[in-house]
Amino acid sequence: MKYLKFLLVGVVFGIVLVKSEAVSWYRIYEMFRFQSFHMYGIIGTAIASGILFLQLAKRSKLKSIKGADIFAPKKEKGFTRYIIGGSIFGLGWALIGACPGPMYILLGTGVYSMLIVIAAAILGTFIYGLLKNKLPH
Amino acid sequence: MEQLLNPWPWYISGPLIALVMALLLYFGKTFGMSSNLRTMCAIGGAGKFSDFFKMNWKDSAWNLVVVLGAIIGGYIAVNYLSNGSITNLNPTTISELKELGFNNSGQTLVPDEMFNLEALTSVKGFVLLIIGGLLVGFGTRYANGCTSGHAITGLSSLQRPSLIAVIGFFLGGLLMTNFILPLIF
Repeated sequence: MKYLKFLLVGVVFGIVLVKSEAVSWYRIYEMFRFQSFHMYGIIGTAIASGILFLQLAKRSKLKSIKGADIFAPKKEKGFTRYIIGGSIFGLGWALIGACPGPMYILLGTGVYSMLIVIAAAILGTFIYGLLKNKLPH
Repeated sequence: MEQLLNPWPWYISGPLIALVMALLLYFGKTFGMSSNLRTMCAIGGAGKFSDFFKMNWKDSAWNLVVVLGAIIGGYIAVNYLSNGSITNLNPTTISELKELGFNNSGQTLVPDEMFNLEALTSVKGFVLLIIGGLLVGFGTRYANGCTSGHAITGLSSLQRPSLIAVIGFFLGGLLMTNFILPLIF
Protein backbone atom coordinates (compact mmCIF):
# COMPACT_ATOMS: atom_id res chain seq x y z
CA MET A 1 0.00 0.00 0.00
CA LYS A 2 2.71 2.49 -0.93
CA TYR A 3 -0.01 4.79 -2.29
CA LEU A 4 -2.04 4.92 0.92
CA LYS A 5 0.07 7.70 2.42
CA PHE A 6 -0.49 9.83 -0.66
CA LEU A 7 -4.22 9.24 -0.46
CA LEU A 8 -4.20 10.36 3.18
CA VAL A 9 -2.14 13.47 2.42
CA GLY A 10 -4.66 14.29 -0.29
CA VAL A 11 -7.55 13.85 2.16
CA VAL A 12 -5.87 16.19 4.66
CA PHE A 13 -5.23 18.72 1.87
CA GLY A 14 -8.86 18.58 0.76
CA ILE A 15 -10.21 19.00 4.28
CA VAL A 16 -7.85 21.87 5.13
CA LEU A 17 -8.68 23.77 1.95
CA VAL A 18 -12.43 23.47 2.52
CA LYS A 19 -12.30 24.29 6.24
CA SER A 20 -10.01 27.26 5.61
CA GLU A 21 -12.45 28.46 2.92
CA ALA A 22 -9.52 28.73 0.50
CA VAL A 23 -11.72 26.90 -2.04
CA SER A 24 -14.38 29.61 -1.77
CA TRP A 25 -14.87 31.63 -4.96
CA TYR A 26 -15.89 34.54 -2.72
CA ARG A 27 -12.66 34.43 -0.72
CA ILE A 28 -10.63 34.70 -3.93
CA TYR A 29 -12.76 37.64 -5.06
CA GLU A 30 -12.32 39.30 -1.68
CA MET A 31 -8.56 38.73 -1.84
CA PHE A 32 -8.21 40.38 -5.24
CA ARG A 33 -10.32 43.31 -4.03
CA PHE A 34 -8.11 43.64 -0.90
CA GLN A 35 -11.24 43.48 1.23
CA SER A 36 -10.09 40.81 3.65
CA PHE A 37 -6.89 39.63 5.26
CA HIS A 38 -8.06 36.00 5.36
CA MET A 39 -6.39 34.64 2.20
CA TYR A 40 -3.24 36.68 2.78
CA GLY A 41 -3.11 35.21 6.28
CA ILE A 42 -3.39 31.67 4.94
CA ILE A 43 -0.82 32.08 2.19
CA GLY A 44 1.50 34.12 4.44
CA THR A 45 1.52 31.64 7.32
CA ALA A 46 1.83 28.72 4.87
CA ILE A 47 4.95 30.30 3.36
CA ALA A 48 6.39 31.26 6.77
CA SER A 49 5.86 27.71 8.06
CA GLY A 50 7.26 26.32 4.83
CA ILE A 51 10.42 28.43 5.12
CA LEU A 52 10.83 27.28 8.73
CA PHE A 53 10.39 23.62 7.78
CA LEU A 54 12.84 23.75 4.86
CA GLN A 55 15.47 25.58 6.93
CA LEU A 56 15.12 23.17 9.84
CA ALA A 57 15.22 20.19 7.48
CA LYS A 58 18.42 21.53 5.94
CA ARG A 59 20.13 22.28 9.26
CA SER A 60 19.16 19.03 10.92
CA LYS A 61 20.03 17.13 7.72
CA LEU A 62 16.59 15.53 7.76
CA LYS A 63 16.28 12.80 5.14
CA SER A 64 13.24 11.76 3.16
CA ILE A 65 11.94 8.20 3.56
CA LYS A 66 14.07 7.42 0.52
CA GLY A 67 17.18 8.58 2.36
CA ALA A 68 17.72 11.67 0.21
CA ASP A 69 18.11 15.29 1.34
CA ILE A 70 14.90 17.24 1.65
CA PHE A 71 14.70 20.26 -0.64
CA ALA A 72 12.19 21.92 -2.91
CA PRO A 73 12.73 21.30 -6.63
CA LYS A 74 14.66 24.09 -8.33
CA LYS A 75 12.68 26.12 -10.86
CA GLU A 76 14.58 27.00 -14.02
CA LYS A 77 15.81 30.57 -14.29
CA GLY A 78 13.77 32.88 -16.45
CA PHE A 79 11.37 35.77 -16.51
CA THR A 80 9.06 35.76 -19.53
CA ARG A 81 7.36 32.44 -18.95
CA TYR A 82 6.79 33.18 -15.28
CA ILE A 83 5.30 36.63 -15.71
CA ILE A 84 3.17 35.83 -18.80
CA GLY A 85 2.20 32.32 -17.80
CA GLY A 86 1.55 33.50 -14.26
CA SER A 87 -0.71 36.32 -15.46
CA ILE A 88 -2.70 33.98 -17.69
CA PHE A 89 -3.10 31.62 -14.76
CA GLY A 90 -4.16 34.53 -12.52
CA LEU A 91 -6.91 35.54 -14.96
CA GLY A 92 -8.35 32.03 -14.79
CA TRP A 93 -7.85 31.73 -11.02
CA ALA A 94 -9.85 34.89 -10.36
CA LEU A 95 -12.58 33.99 -12.86
CA ILE A 96 -13.17 30.43 -11.65
CA GLY A 97 -12.14 31.15 -8.07
CA ALA A 98 -10.17 27.94 -8.01
CA CYS A 99 -6.64 26.87 -8.84
CA PRO A 100 -5.80 23.26 -9.80
CA GLY A 101 -6.02 21.82 -6.24
CA PRO A 102 -9.37 23.39 -5.32
CA MET A 103 -10.89 22.37 -8.68
CA TYR A 104 -10.72 18.74 -7.61
CA ILE A 105 -11.61 19.48 -4.00
CA LEU A 106 -14.71 21.41 -5.07
CA LEU A 107 -15.72 18.46 -7.22
CA GLY A 108 -15.65 16.41 -4.01
CA THR A 109 -17.82 18.97 -2.23
CA GLY A 110 -20.46 18.45 -4.92
CA VAL A 111 -19.73 21.25 -7.41
CA TYR A 112 -20.08 19.03 -10.47
CA SER A 113 -19.64 21.91 -12.93
CA MET A 114 -15.97 21.67 -11.99
CA LEU A 115 -15.77 18.64 -14.31
CA ILE A 116 -16.14 21.06 -17.22
CA VAL A 117 -13.48 23.36 -15.76
CA ILE A 118 -11.09 20.43 -15.18
CA ALA A 119 -11.65 19.15 -18.72
CA ALA A 120 -10.94 22.64 -20.07
CA ALA A 121 -7.84 22.90 -17.88
CA ILE A 122 -6.54 19.61 -19.27
CA LEU A 123 -7.22 20.95 -22.77
CA GLY A 124 -5.39 24.19 -21.86
CA THR A 125 -2.36 22.18 -20.74
CA PHE A 126 -2.54 20.20 -23.98
CA ILE A 127 -2.60 23.42 -26.02
CA TYR A 128 0.48 24.62 -24.12
CA GLY A 129 2.22 21.36 -25.03
CA LEU A 130 1.41 21.95 -28.72
CA LEU A 131 2.61 25.56 -28.69
CA LYS A 132 5.50 25.16 -26.25
CA ASN A 133 8.30 25.52 -28.79
CA LYS A 134 6.76 28.62 -30.34
CA LEU A 135 6.28 30.52 -27.08
CA PRO A 136 8.85 32.83 -25.48
CA HIS A 137 10.16 31.33 -22.24
CA MET B 1 -15.81 19.84 18.42
CA GLU B 2 -17.54 23.11 17.57
CA GLN B 3 -14.11 24.56 16.72
CA LEU B 4 -13.57 21.74 14.25
CA LEU B 5 -16.93 22.22 12.56
CA ASN B 6 -16.65 25.99 12.27
CA PRO B 7 -14.46 27.48 9.52
CA TRP B 8 -10.81 27.25 10.53
CA PRO B 9 -8.85 30.46 11.13
CA TRP B 10 -6.07 31.42 8.72
CA TYR B 11 -3.31 30.94 11.31
CA ILE B 12 -4.28 27.27 11.66
CA SER B 13 -4.93 26.65 7.97
CA GLY B 14 -1.71 28.18 6.60
CA PRO B 15 0.63 25.99 8.69
CA LEU B 16 -1.48 22.92 7.81
CA ILE B 17 -0.98 23.63 4.11
CA ALA B 18 2.76 23.83 4.79
CA LEU B 19 2.42 20.46 6.56
CA VAL B 20 1.01 18.95 3.34
CA MET B 21 4.04 20.28 1.45
CA ALA B 22 6.40 18.99 4.18
CA LEU B 23 4.85 15.51 4.12
CA LEU B 24 5.11 15.24 0.35
CA LEU B 25 8.78 16.35 0.43
CA TYR B 26 9.41 13.88 3.27
CA PHE B 27 7.89 11.14 1.10
CA GLY B 28 10.44 12.06 -1.57
CA LYS B 29 7.92 13.88 -3.79
CA THR B 30 6.81 17.46 -4.24
CA PHE B 31 3.73 19.62 -3.78
CA GLY B 32 2.46 20.54 -7.25
CA MET B 33 -1.16 20.06 -8.16
CA SER B 34 -1.08 21.37 -11.74
CA SER B 35 1.37 18.62 -12.80
CA ASN B 36 -1.61 16.29 -12.74
CA LEU B 37 -3.11 18.07 -15.73
CA ARG B 38 -0.02 17.20 -17.76
CA THR B 39 -0.11 13.62 -16.50
CA MET B 40 -3.73 13.32 -17.59
CA CYS B 41 -2.78 14.59 -21.06
CA ALA B 42 -0.06 11.94 -21.20
CA ILE B 43 -2.49 9.20 -20.14
CA GLY B 44 -4.91 10.39 -22.83
CA GLY B 45 -2.26 9.88 -25.51
CA ALA B 46 -1.10 13.48 -25.94
CA GLY B 47 2.45 12.17 -26.45
CA LYS B 48 1.44 11.51 -30.07
CA PHE B 49 1.07 15.25 -30.59
CA SER B 50 3.85 16.76 -28.52
CA ASP B 51 7.06 15.51 -26.94
CA PHE B 52 6.08 17.52 -23.88
CA PHE B 53 3.70 14.69 -23.01
CA LYS B 54 6.11 11.84 -23.74
CA MET B 55 6.59 10.85 -20.14
CA ASN B 56 6.17 7.74 -18.10
CA TRP B 57 2.96 8.74 -16.37
CA LYS B 58 3.22 5.86 -13.94
CA ASP B 59 6.00 7.81 -12.23
CA SER B 60 3.40 10.49 -11.50
CA ALA B 61 0.66 8.12 -10.38
CA TRP B 62 1.31 9.07 -6.74
CA ASN B 63 0.18 12.63 -7.55
CA LEU B 64 -3.06 11.39 -9.08
CA VAL B 65 -3.63 9.52 -5.82
CA VAL B 66 -3.17 12.83 -3.98
CA VAL B 67 -5.88 14.27 -6.26
CA LEU B 68 -8.18 11.37 -5.46
CA GLY B 69 -7.56 11.98 -1.76
CA ALA B 70 -8.27 15.70 -2.20
CA ILE B 71 -11.65 14.90 -3.79
CA ILE B 72 -12.45 12.58 -0.87
CA GLY B 73 -11.23 15.23 1.57
CA GLY B 74 -13.60 17.77 0.02
CA TYR B 75 -16.46 15.32 0.40
CA ILE B 76 -15.60 14.57 4.04
CA ALA B 77 -15.20 18.25 4.91
CA VAL B 78 -18.64 19.33 3.70
CA ASN B 79 -20.53 16.22 4.79
CA TYR B 80 -18.97 15.38 8.15
CA LEU B 81 -16.93 18.38 9.29
CA SER B 82 -19.30 21.26 8.65
CA ASN B 83 -22.14 22.87 10.54
CA GLY B 84 -23.50 24.83 7.63
CA SER B 85 -21.91 28.07 8.79
CA ILE B 86 -21.59 30.69 6.09
CA THR B 87 -18.39 32.39 4.95
CA ASN B 88 -17.76 35.50 7.01
CA LEU B 89 -17.18 37.87 4.10
CA ASN B 90 -16.57 41.59 4.28
CA PRO B 91 -20.01 43.32 4.03
CA THR B 92 -18.53 45.55 1.32
CA THR B 93 -17.71 42.46 -0.72
CA ILE B 94 -21.26 41.18 -0.33
CA SER B 95 -22.89 44.45 -1.40
CA GLU B 96 -20.47 44.84 -4.32
CA LEU B 97 -21.26 41.36 -5.53
CA LYS B 98 -24.96 42.03 -5.18
CA GLU B 99 -24.60 44.93 -7.58
CA LEU B 100 -22.89 42.59 -10.04
CA GLY B 101 -25.85 40.22 -9.71
CA PHE B 102 -24.48 37.71 -7.21
CA ASN B 103 -26.99 37.02 -4.47
CA ASN B 104 -26.37 34.80 -1.42
CA SER B 105 -22.64 35.58 -1.33
CA GLY B 106 -20.79 33.34 1.11
CA GLN B 107 -23.67 30.97 1.72
CA THR B 108 -22.09 28.39 -0.55
CA LEU B 109 -18.48 27.83 -1.63
CA VAL B 110 -19.09 28.92 -5.21
CA PRO B 111 -21.76 31.24 -6.65
CA ASP B 112 -24.85 29.51 -8.05
CA GLU B 113 -24.86 32.22 -10.71
CA MET B 114 -21.77 30.59 -12.25
CA PHE B 115 -21.87 26.96 -11.21
CA ASN B 116 -25.43 25.66 -10.90
CA LEU B 117 -27.19 23.63 -13.57
CA GLU B 118 -28.92 26.68 -14.98
CA ALA B 119 -25.58 28.47 -15.45
CA LEU B 120 -23.96 25.34 -16.85
CA THR B 121 -26.64 24.97 -19.50
CA SER B 122 -26.58 28.63 -20.52
CA VAL B 123 -24.20 29.67 -23.30
CA LYS B 124 -22.57 32.38 -21.20
CA GLY B 125 -22.17 30.18 -18.13
CA PHE B 126 -20.73 27.28 -20.09
CA VAL B 127 -18.32 29.48 -22.06
CA LEU B 128 -17.05 31.13 -18.84
CA LEU B 129 -16.29 27.75 -17.27
CA ILE B 130 -14.42 26.68 -20.41
CA ILE B 131 -12.46 29.93 -20.68
CA GLY B 132 -11.56 29.83 -16.99
CA GLY B 133 -10.36 26.24 -17.23
CA LEU B 134 -8.35 26.94 -20.38
CA LEU B 135 -6.63 29.94 -18.79
CA VAL B 136 -5.74 27.98 -15.67
CA GLY B 137 -4.52 24.91 -17.56
CA PHE B 138 -2.53 26.85 -20.14
CA GLY B 139 -1.17 29.46 -17.74
CA THR B 140 -0.06 27.08 -15.06
CA ARG B 141 1.96 24.96 -17.44
CA TYR B 142 3.44 27.98 -19.19
CA ALA B 143 4.44 29.35 -15.76
CA ASN B 144 5.64 25.87 -14.73
CA GLY B 145 3.52 25.71 -11.60
CA CYS B 146 0.46 26.96 -9.78
CA THR B 147 -0.35 28.11 -6.26
CA SER B 148 1.04 24.96 -4.65
CA GLY B 149 4.21 24.75 -6.74
CA HIS B 150 5.09 28.45 -6.89
CA ALA B 151 3.29 30.37 -4.13
CA ILE B 152 3.77 27.74 -1.42
CA THR B 153 6.73 25.53 -2.37
CA GLY B 154 8.63 28.03 -4.51
CA LEU B 155 8.34 30.94 -2.10
CA SER B 156 9.05 28.70 0.90
CA SER B 157 12.34 27.83 -0.76
CA LEU B 158 12.96 31.51 -1.61
CA GLN B 159 13.13 31.04 -5.38
CA ARG B 160 13.11 34.06 -7.63
CA PRO B 161 11.23 32.42 -10.54
CA SER B 162 8.38 31.63 -8.15
CA LEU B 163 8.25 35.21 -6.93
CA ILE B 164 7.93 36.38 -10.54
CA ALA B 165 5.22 33.79 -11.17
CA VAL B 166 3.27 34.85 -8.07
CA ILE B 167 3.50 38.50 -9.15
CA GLY B 168 2.04 37.29 -12.46
CA PHE B 169 -0.75 35.43 -10.61
CA PHE B 170 -1.68 38.70 -8.93
CA LEU B 171 -1.41 40.80 -12.08
CA GLY B 172 -3.83 38.46 -13.83
CA GLY B 173 -6.07 38.06 -10.79
CA LEU B 174 -6.34 41.78 -10.09
CA LEU B 175 -7.10 42.46 -13.75
CA MET B 176 -9.86 39.84 -13.82
CA THR B 177 -11.53 40.70 -10.53
CA ASN B 178 -11.30 44.49 -10.76
CA PHE B 179 -11.77 45.14 -14.45
CA ILE B 180 -13.01 42.12 -16.40
CA LEU B 181 -15.57 40.60 -13.99
CA PRO B 182 -17.53 43.88 -13.82
CA LEU B 183 -17.71 43.80 -17.63
CA ILE B 184 -18.91 40.21 -17.72
CA PHE B 185 -21.56 40.52 -15.00
